[in-house]
This record gives sequence, C-alpha cells and structure tokens, in this order.
Amino acid sequence: MRLELRGITKRFGSLVANDHIDLTIEPGEIHALLGENGAGKTTLMNVLYGLTQPDEGQIVVDGEPVRFRTPGHAIRAGIGMVHQHFMLIPVFTVAENVMLGVERTKRLGFLDRRRARRDVQELSKRYGLAVDPDAVVEDLPVGVQQRVEIIKALLRQANVLILDEPTAVLTPQEIEDLFGVMRSLRDSGRSIVFITHKLKEVKAVADRITVIRRGRVVTTTTPAATEAELASLMVGRPVMLRVDKGPSRPGAPVLEVRDLRVLDDRGQTVVDGVTFGVRAGEIVAVAGVQGNGQTELTEAIMGLRPVAGGSIRVNGREMVGRSPREVLMAGVGYVPEDRQHDGLIVDFSVADNLILDMYHRPPFASGPSLRPRVVQESARQRSEEFDVRLTSIDDPASALSGGNQQKLVLARELSRPIQLFVAAQPTRGVDVGSTEFLHRRIVQQRDSGVAVLIVSSELDEVISLADRIAVMYRGRITGIVPPDTPREQIGLLMAGAGATGDGAVPPGRRPAASEGSVAVGEAEPTRRPR
Amino acid sequence: MTSTVATEERGGQLPPQGARRPSFGRWGRAFLDAAREGNAVVVTILAIVVALFIGALLIAFSTPSVDPKWAHFFSDPGGAIVAAAKAVGNSYYALFQGCIVSPATISAYLAGKQPLYQIFYPLSETVVGATPLILASLAVTVSFRAGLFNIGAQGQIITGGLLGAWIGFGLNLPPGIHQIVCLVGGFVGGAIWGWLAGWLKARTGAHEVITTIMLNYIAINLLTYLLNTPWFQAPGSTYSISANVDQSAVLPHLFGPNLRLNAGIFVALLCALGCAWLLNRSTIGFEFKAVGLNPDAARTAGMSVAKVAILVMIISGGLAGLAGTAQILGTDFNVTPGLASELGFTAITVSLLGRLGVGGTVMAAFLFGALNAGGTLMQASTGTPVDVVTVIQAIIVMFIAAPPLVRTIFRLRGSREGGEGQMLSAGWGG
Ligand SMILES: Nc1ncnc2c1ncn2[C@@H]1O[C@H](COP(=O)(O)OP(=O)(O)OP(=O)(O)O)[C@@H](O)[C@H]1O
Ligand SMILES: [Mg+2]
Repeated sequence: MRLELRGITKRFGSLVANDHIDLTIEPGEIHALLGENGAGKTTLMNVLYGLTQPDEGQIVVDGEPVRFRTPGHAIRAGIGMVHQHFMLIPVFTVAENVMLGVERTKRLGFLDRRRARRDVQELSKRYGLAVDPDAVVEDLPVGVQQRVEIIKALLRQANVLILDEPTAVLTPQEIEDLFGVMRSLRDSGRSIVFITHKLKEVKAVADRITVIRRGRVVTTTTPAATEAELASLMVGRPVMLRVDKGPSRPGAPVLEVRDLRVLDDRGQTVVDGVTFGVRAGEIVAVAGVQGNGQTELTEAIMGLRPVAGGSIRVNGREMVGRSPREVLMAGVGYVPEDRQHDGLIVDFSVADNLILDMYHRPPFASGPSLRPRVVQESARQRSEEFDVRLTSIDDPASALSGGNQQKLVLARELSRPIQLFVAAQPTRGVDVGSTEFLHRRIVQQRDSGVAVLIVSSELDEVISLADRIAVMYRGRITGIVPPDTPREQIGLLMAGAGATGDGAVPPGRRPAASEGSVAVGEAEPTRRPR
Repeated sequence: MTSTVATEERGGQLPPQGARRPSFGRWGRAFLDAAREGNAVVVTILAIVVALFIGALLIAFSTPSVDPKWAHFFSDPGGAIVAAAKAVGNSYYALFQGCIVSPATISAYLAGKQPLYQIFYPLSETVVGATPLILASLAVTVSFRAGLFNIGAQGQIITGGLLGAWIGFGLNLPPGIHQIVCLVGGFVGGAIWGWLAGWLKARTGAHEVITTIMLNYIAINLLTYLLNTPWFQAPGSTYSISANVDQSAVLPHLFGPNLRLNAGIFVALLCALGCAWLLNRSTIGFEFKAVGLNPDAARTAGMSVAKVAILVMIISGGLAGLAGTAQILGTDFNVTPGLASELGFTAITVSLLGRLGVGGTVMAAFLFGALNAGGTLMQASTGTPVDVVTVIQAIIVMFIAAPPLVRTIFRLRGSREGGEGQMLSAGWGG
C-alpha cells in the first residue's frame, strides 16, 4: 500500500502545527519521522489516523484520494497506530484489549473470547511478539504493553503501522526485539512510520528519514546522514551531542541511603539493601535495565512508597516515614518517571502545572488565596526560559506535545530552590536540542552545589551526565564506577556481574568480579542497540 | 460539507443569493458554530429545548381533554392537533405563570383588585424553591470536583437540619444570634455526616458512594426515631413532627409576610460566592481539583489525598446541612419526616446540569426551582401532572450528561471532551 500525504495543514488557533506537509510512504519501507518537540509529528499522524481533521490537504491511498473522519475509517483502509501515550484499558486482559473495537460475537451476542485469545497467540508467534493473552494489562511491563498495541494494530490488518515514539519507554533489549519485529513486518511488504528522538535508532532501522521543523518538511534523507547532520537538520543549528561539563567539586553529603529495603505492590523485595550517597555538587546516575528497582528507589526517597528497612537521610535529617510534602519541603526536586501519570495534571492549565508543588507558598499564595497574576507571570517566564512550545499558558497541558510536557515538569522542578534533585528518565521524549539544554541546566545545578541523582535507562545519558555511576541489578547496587568505565564493564554490572553480598563498591574502584566470574555469560540482555 | 447544518438552517430565512446577509443570519451562524464546536452553553440550551419539546409530546398525549380527539385523528386530524397544541400551550403558559409572572395579576393590581405582592408571588416561589437546592447542589459540586462522589447529600441535609432545628427550638438566644448559631449548627450537623464518609475513605479506603448511601439510611432512621422521641417531638403531639423553631431563629422574610421569600437566599448566594473562591482562587481548592483530576500526580506533588478527602466531605456535608437548615428556618419552621424529600438527589442532577461549575450550579438550581414552582401551578390549573416537570428535568440532565447524544441529534461536529466528563468517568474507577 502506497500512502501519500499532500499539502496537509492543521492549525490550532493561531498555531500552525502542520504547514503544507507532503509525505510519501512507500510499501515495504520503514520511514522515520524526525523533528523537535512540537514540530507536529504526532499531529500529522493523528491526521493520518483520522483522529483529527486537517484544515487543508489530502490523503491518497494507492492513487485514490480518501478522507478519514474517524480512526475507524483509517483502520479499514489498513492503517494502524501505536500512540505516544498508550491507549490500553489497564484492567482488561491482553485478549480483551485486542478485541476492543472489533468485538466478534458468537450467537446471542456473547463475546468470542476464545477466538480473540487464539488470534493473539497466532500473531505473537508469527512476529515473535511474546505476550500472554490472559495477562491483565496493568500488570505488564511497558515493553509488553507496547507489543499488545502492535498486535492490536496487526490484528486489524494494518498495512501501514504508525509507531509514535515507541522506544521511549523500552529497555535496550526490548528495543532490539522491536526492531526485529519492525524489520520482519517490512520484509512482509508492510510499511512503518517510525517516530523517535534517538538518532541512533533512526540510523539503525530506517530506510528513509523525513525531517520536520516547525510544521514543515525540511528534507527527506537516508540513514547515511550522520547523527550530527540529522540533529542540526532537526533543530536548525548545530547541536552538541555530548554534555560539556567540568570536573565536579563534591562537598558535604546531601543524600545518604543506608541498607534501604523497599517492597513493591505485591510485597516482593525490589530494593534490597541499597547503600550509597550523593554529595553536594556531584551527579550520581543510576544505570540499569528498567525494572531493577530504580523506580521504587526514587519513590522511596520521595516518601511515595513505604520503606521496609534502612535509612534515607537528606542533609542529615532522617526522611523515612515522612510524607512527600515534607521531603519536597526539605529542598528536594523530583521528576517522576511517568509524566502523564505522576508528573502532570494534564487537564490543568500549563500555568497551574508549573505550580503543582509550590501553590501553597509564597509568592504563589498569600495565606489561603492563590495569586493568579503571579502564577501567570511566573508561568510565562518559565515556559520561555525552558523553551516549552505552547500557544497559551492557559491551555491544558494535554495540548502540549509529549516532549514539551516533559520540559514542563523539568521547568517546574528546576526553578525552585533545591538542595537535592532526583530525576527519573529526565529527558524521556525530549528532542536532542532540548536534551542538550536540560543537561546543561542539570550540570548548572550541580555546579551551584546541588546534589543530583539521575535514574536513566539510557546509557548515553548516564555516561555523559554522571560523575559517578551506580549500577542496579535486581534491587542491588552491583557497582559504583566512574563515568570513564568501559561500556562493556557497565554492561556486565547491569547484568548482575559483581553482585556480591555487600552491594556497593567504593567510588573510583573498579568492580572486582568481572573477569572469569560466572555471571559474565549472562550479560547478553543488556546489549545496546547499534 | 462542514456547513450543511448551517445552510439548511438558514435556508428558510435568507433572501435569495446576492442580498446582503441580515444581522440575524450572522447571529444564527455564530450560534451554530458555537454549537458545532460543542460549546457548553449552547449544548445546555439545546438540551432544554429538546426536553421541553418531549414534555410537550407527553402533555399532548396524556391530557384527558385531548385524548378522545386522537381517536378521531384520521377523520379529523386538525381537531386533534389543535386540541393538543392548546393543551400544550395552556400547560406551558401555566408553568410560566407559576414561576415568573402572571399577566392576570398585573391587570388585577392595576384595576386595584389585588395587592402588589401577588405579582411577585411566582418569582418569590421560584427563589424559595431554589434556595435549598443551591446549597445542596453546591455540596455535590464541591465533592464531585474533588473526584469524590458524595451521594449522601440527602443524609447530610437531614443531620444538618436536625441539629439546626434543635438549636432553633431547644436553645434560647436573642434574634440575630440565634439564626447564626442555628446555621452554624446546621453546617456542623451535615459536616459530621460528611466527615464520617471522608474519614472512612481516608482510613480504610471504603468507597464514598457506598458509605454515603449507607449513611443516608442511618440519617433517615435517625430522623424517624427523633420525631417519635419526646424531647424532640412537638409538645403534646402524637404525630411525627418536631416543635416549631423559636421566632428568634426564623430567617426573616424579605418582602413582608405574604411572600415566602426570605433571607435564606442570601445564605445560599453567600455560600456560592464562598465556593467560587474556594474552587477558583484558593490553595485548598487547587488541591481539591488536583486530587479530583489526578490523585497520583497530586500525591507526587506533596498533597495529601486522605486529608483532601476528609476536608472535601466536611465542606460538602456542611453545605448540605445548611440546605436542610435554611429550609427549616426559612419556610418549614419544623422538622417532618419529609425534611429532605428528594432534595439530595435532585441536587446531583442540578450539579451535573451546572456542569460542576459554581455559576452553572446556581443557575441550574434557579431553573429547577422555577420548574418546580411552575409545575405546582400547572397541575393545579390545567390538571397536567407535575410529573411532566420531573420528566423534563430528567431529560435535560440526560442530554447534558450525554453531550455526544445532543451532538448527534443536531449533527454537531465532535469536539474534545471536557475535562469534567473525563473526571466523572475516571472517578468511578478509583
Ligand atoms: N489539541 C491541541 N490544542 C492546541 N494545540 C495543540 C493541540 N495538539 C497539539 N498542539 C500543538 O501542536 C504542536 C505540535 O504538536 P505535536 O504533538 O504534533 O508535536 P510532536 O512533533 O509530536 O512533538 P513531541 O516530539 O514532543 O511529541 C505543539 O506546539 C502542540 O502544542
Ligand atoms: Mg509527539
């Protein structure tokens, strides 16, 4: 199926999100869409999927002009979409979710669940998308939820599959798997539109690349282009892909975590005797495959998750047993992993989101009253400073593009006086230009004496930001190493090598258990995508 | 193709092409544009129009005098239609007379046959009906905005009313102070009932829908019990009725003894102002809304979801308690088993009709107050059952609660759902 977009224009009020975009998707190609946050990629895909109507322009399928008024029309024409923010129903099983919208019924209107299960199993076998049709979606890791979304689209016979930032929430191994699936789909003659901010991924998997900037197509190129070229095409200026930072000058310890034990919702130990510290003026990054306890570690520090044992001190004060409010007020800034779930209230205005944890104190409140004018003024400054692309600060945060929502959270947390900054996946979904800016801001914080703790599943980010890297595996810290440690070695630690009983390795010392240890052979899963 | 509705609609009124578009056309266009975008006000107005139309059909087919005419519909269709139109016209005219103004009273006054107050009687009744409704609906609005489904306004009206009334007849206080103490007592009475549900939610996670419904039953039984208990019952009475509140506790009439309009409306409007400040301008209201829309993010931002649940239920219950008390001190003067009648449930309807905004809630309460006042006269003078009014109210809300339905009927362009609708559906899950 050959798909053409001709002169697509979409406006939101005065903002032109898509400005006469022409794009052709050939059968059997993986077509990457690159562009800054707010460039209009998601909007364009929503037009293609019938979720929004273009103000001008045409969609042409195999030479025939078509009009998609609802996703139903697009699906019937063979288009499938996996959204940037997933749209599964958490309490339904995989099979039920897949069945939604195409419910097949038996006589008397009973749902044909068995058939749905079989369909799921068949597809998952054919494309190597391992999922259990009976698992309840909310219990699944995001990577598997992603597969469910893909299966859902494939089951509707999608010939063109749109993947909107599918890799943002995946582990390196899951990304590799996804690429495998994408390639096998392409080889079977289907086409894929692939949106991402990670240039490496584009180069690894795309056949053609279209770059969009401020709603317009800048160029269409091939993966032969270098990362630097792609980055400057996107942003319109040269981008530093590495963080430029001087040596750290660590001061007094700010965060001290000792023998911390944390349980997950099911009562399993997910943080198991973790001990480490972050000093003023240094950045410690926690590396590790997602799901090894990093999330729970940050939640425990913030008072969001009960602690089963151990101690957490901030500036010498015990934080275990304190409420999130008390932790925040002790001078801790926090960027949660999932912006839409925990970081923002998407129905609140941008301005209100920027005071979400500061609304109750001056200058935003005087006594029991809010001060709307101060809130507005500060919101204007913050969004400008952090380059949050928006039409109006009174728009709901849901009107922002994904990456701009993320910038909103960072703008809030980095613009109040803090002594400790805890950020999980701080640049998830953020484009290269803004990532550069955010990294610079984080380094600035460090240089002004803030202790910084970053959790990131992206090794690139970890290595370029960190002064020390703590690697987590199965709830334990398998090593604390300097950032110039070879990647292979960090990879081994991420796979559990060096996970000896006592956990932490003193800073600066290479982990002892690397060569010849039994765990080396199991290092496979952490191989990074090329 | 986007303007099919507009062109059809305008077709009849517009002069042939080439002529300049009259201002009416432009106005109509703006109206339809607003409607197509799913504008809240327009959808509400359309819902009311549709409800009145369905109400008209009901009247046409249920009025006894029209009934036999339908039997001869095929031999004499005109007769049936004329009779139906007349019945509908009469009923709605009576409805109007009952809630706004009756021209007959004006001419009677001008002829010197009736006193002036008769002209304002219907309006006074509308406001009197709206007073407790405003308070009870605000109670619902506040709680729904915080994502708590307080179905217990009914019970909180009762407990608030009981305490307020008891202070009214049980304590001896000078006028002025007595009313205030009664109102405070009424607030506290409702607040305690609300607090119970909030506390249960914060402590045990018990869903407020369940607990408030249960607390409604307890309140109703408490009411029955007290009305048969000597110290609460009217002295010397064997009926289930309380003593009358002291004269010093009665809310003063605003325009003389002949109009029931009383100071209760000021209490209600003051509370509305308070709620508007609370929800739009206060830090507590900010927390309420945050917790209502996304409790996880609210918690992450340092808010205490449990504290909010308790506080919301206290305020919500208190407002409902005030509704019961205002009704007793303003119009009833004593407690009967019908203290809350359906008030607490109508309040949910009114609050939804007001789209969970404070201004909207107040306007919706006035509309319902008017429909109730008008319905009473309609039944008395034309025999059209007052139930028609209930049906109209129900249909209005059905359309409001289901905006997509209205959009489909009027072929409005689908637009993004408002945050409140999402909040409603999200709230049931938690
Ligand atoms: N419903 C809406 N109302 C108003 N503006 C909107 C709406 N949806 C998107 N926009 C605006 O349109 C622009 C394009 O947004 P879009 O989501 O397409 O960006 P994107 O390229 O997907 O960015 P990202 O990489 O951050 O996901 C943004 O500036 C955004 O604020
Ligand atoms: Mg996007």
